Amino acid sequence: MGSVTRIILQRLALGLLTLFIVSIVIFIAVNLLPGDFAEAILGQGATPEAVASIREGLGLDKPPITRYFDWLGGAIQGDLGSSFAQANFASFTGSDAASGTTVAEQIAPRFKNTLFLAGVTAAIAVPVSIFLGVLAALYRNSIFDRATNILTLSSISSPDFFLAYVLILFLSVLNPLLPSLSNIYDGMDFSERLVKSLLPALTLTLAVTAQMMRMTRAAIINLLASPYIEMARLKGISPMRVIVTHALPNALAPIITVIALNLAYLITGVVVVEVVFVYPGIGQLFVDSVKIRDIPVVQACCLIFAAAYILLNLSADVLSILSNPRLRHPK
Amino acid sequence: MSTWLSILIAFPVMAGVAWVFRFAGRSATSNKPFFRDMPFGVAFGYVVAAVAILLAFKIYFVDQVLFFRWAMQGLIIFTVSAFLFRLLGRLVGTAGSRKLFRSMPLTAAFGVMIVLAYAILAIFAPVFAPYGEEQVFAAANTLPGSDPATGGDPAHLLGTDQIGRDLMSRLIYGARNTVGIAFATTCLAFFIGGSLGFLAATIGGWLDQVLSRAVDVLMAIPALIFALLLMTIASAWSVKLGIPLTIFMILIIAIIDSTRVYRLARAVGVNIVVMDYIEAAKLRGEGLTYLIFREILPNATAPLLAEFGLRFCFVFLTIASLSFLGVGIQPPLADWGTMVRDLAQFINFAQFSPLTAALPILAAGAIALLTVAVNFIVDWMLQKSSGLKE
Repeated sequence: MGSVTRIILQRLALGLLTLFIVSIVIFIAVNLLPGDFAEAILGQGATPEAVASIREGLGLDKPPITRYFDWLGGAIQGDLGSSFAQANFASFTGSDAASGTTVAEQIAPRFKNTLFLAGVTAAIAVPVSIFLGVLAALYRNSIFDRATNILTLSSISSPDFFLAYVLILFLSVLNPLLPSLSNIYDGMDFSERLVKSLLPALTLTLAVTAQMMRMTRAAIINLLASPYIEMARLKGISPMRVIVTHALPNALAPIITVIALNLAYLITGVVVVEVVFVYPGIGQLFVDSVKIRDIPVVQACCLIFAAAYILLNLSADVLSILSNPRLRHPK
Repeated sequence: MSTWLSILIAFPVMAGVAWVFRFAGRSATSNKPFFRDMPFGVAFGYVVAAVAILLAFKIYFVDQVLFFRWAMQGLIIFTVSAFLFRLLGRLVGTAGSRKLFRSMPLTAAFGVMIVLAYAILAIFAPVFAPYGEEQVFAAANTLPGSDPATGGDPAHLLGTDQIGRDLMSRLIYGARNTVGIAFATTCLAFFIGGSLGFLAATIGGWLDQVLSRAVDVLMAIPALIFALLLMTIASAWSVKLGIPLTIFMILIIAIIDSTRVYRLARAVGVNIVVMDYIEAAKLRGEGLTYLIFREILPNATAPLLAEFGLRFCFVFLTIASLSFLGVGIQPPLADWGTMVRDLAQFINFAQFSPLTAALPILAAGAIALLTVAVNFIVDWMLQKSSGLKE
């Protein structure tokens, strides 16, 4: 067991290192902006005095390395700075910029909403895709297998917004079953929140189910040629039991990996879907901030997305090690 | 909520029908193997499929839901034309192409047909489009259907947008812009990623280490998120330098996607570099260019070609998503992603003016159709090259 802990710790350290380097990349990218934050905040009405004052207020007169560690140190403690839009607003109203909403305060509730959406999606998509994958492996090369193959391939290759608008058209406009706008607010009870986020969750489900289902099918079919499956068949147990009790446990490693990778994909997919459904999540905030060039928010969202992405990839790695004895005892 | 309840009730009912169906089949055919060995799940599947088909007929003929009818008609037209296209390919052409068409499943034929159609549409866009993409007409906001009584205009089949540009023309020019830009971006990504990947594989050592670690870091950031971050910065630069944002977008997406190409090219290249013929070429004293272009590249075409298809889809979808979010291809260039965003509100009028509501779906569907087609081709190529697994 010692070696497993060591491998996992190694992966964790590697993940942290990646995150650290990614944060440097994001910081450098943001510093490639022409001019600096101060000019960007003030835009057209930048007077030298105002620029100098904001520059000092944000600590832009310090060297980049100091600024990077200030930003990183703040980010680790949950302080992501204050957004430009807020700072700009504060400078117009004459109030103190620091008393405006901070990026962290803006992001926190939206992050919860996005996690809720991802959670609902995963709760629908994972069981459905494993179930369909097992069925497709069981009835491989039948009409059912081919039909699901074509359908999933089509749904994975369509853009998210196409799926979203088709679902809106049929489930919301023509048959008013589900709301097409997910106006979620604090203090909403769970069932209402679930109904409002069901349509975006269904869209995301369509987008991620395909790969998970195809992987489940392929992983199981790969195993079906092995001698122990032959043995199980010769014992005379039903094809369904051969797959569920004999093939599926051994196919778990690739399936877990692909599930984690698809949950990581959800992070990207969530951006477009949140915009379509006006879902108050972090993706929508990200896009809005990109449009108005609100750099601190963009930077923070980017860091959060990257962290979640790295974390999910890391857990895929760790889980596939844990579920595979051959990886647990490397030669 | 009664709809949900009836769906919930329908399942046990269908299960009962399935049992009866199997039982009746066994009795009527005196236990023919087809019914005798039928698991309950399969019987249930038949019943579900039958119900689905009946429901489709009901929606088509009884409820007459217009969108469903269009979707079904589209499906039938596409299937038939793909079948005819495959038939044509089997009869006309060289021996090689005829053989290719004979081994082709219908989905792949459909893919080839659509890709060809898009290519023709993109190249000859000015011939097909009734007007120019930036031509502004006095009649703004006319509805599709070319019937003046319902707010249409006979001169504009699909109507005009909010500033009076012909939507039909913009849809056709969109093929040229969206597909053309995506194609150029993919080619650039392949050029960068492919050459760096092969270089890393051939030279190895520190170059390989540096490039691979850099690619690892870039790949740790989700592609769309990274693209959006860089686009924020690029938009500031494009204002300052006066270079169109679209150029920046091509460069940014090409670089982000070249990391994925690099991975594949390096992985394929490393396997080829250890071959004896590479050793022989090295002993002959061939240079690096010869090794990469004459020895490695020809042996790596098959996986790279399949990757090109997939990569094109990713790039195409990323560009469409960026445009949809408003930071991709910039107006006045006609582009499908932007069109979907601009027309999206019309979807709420589906009850009153189905044609208008179909506009955003049409633009989004144009994107979906091409990616589905390319994916069908790639799927077929991969299956062909992987041989006949079970």
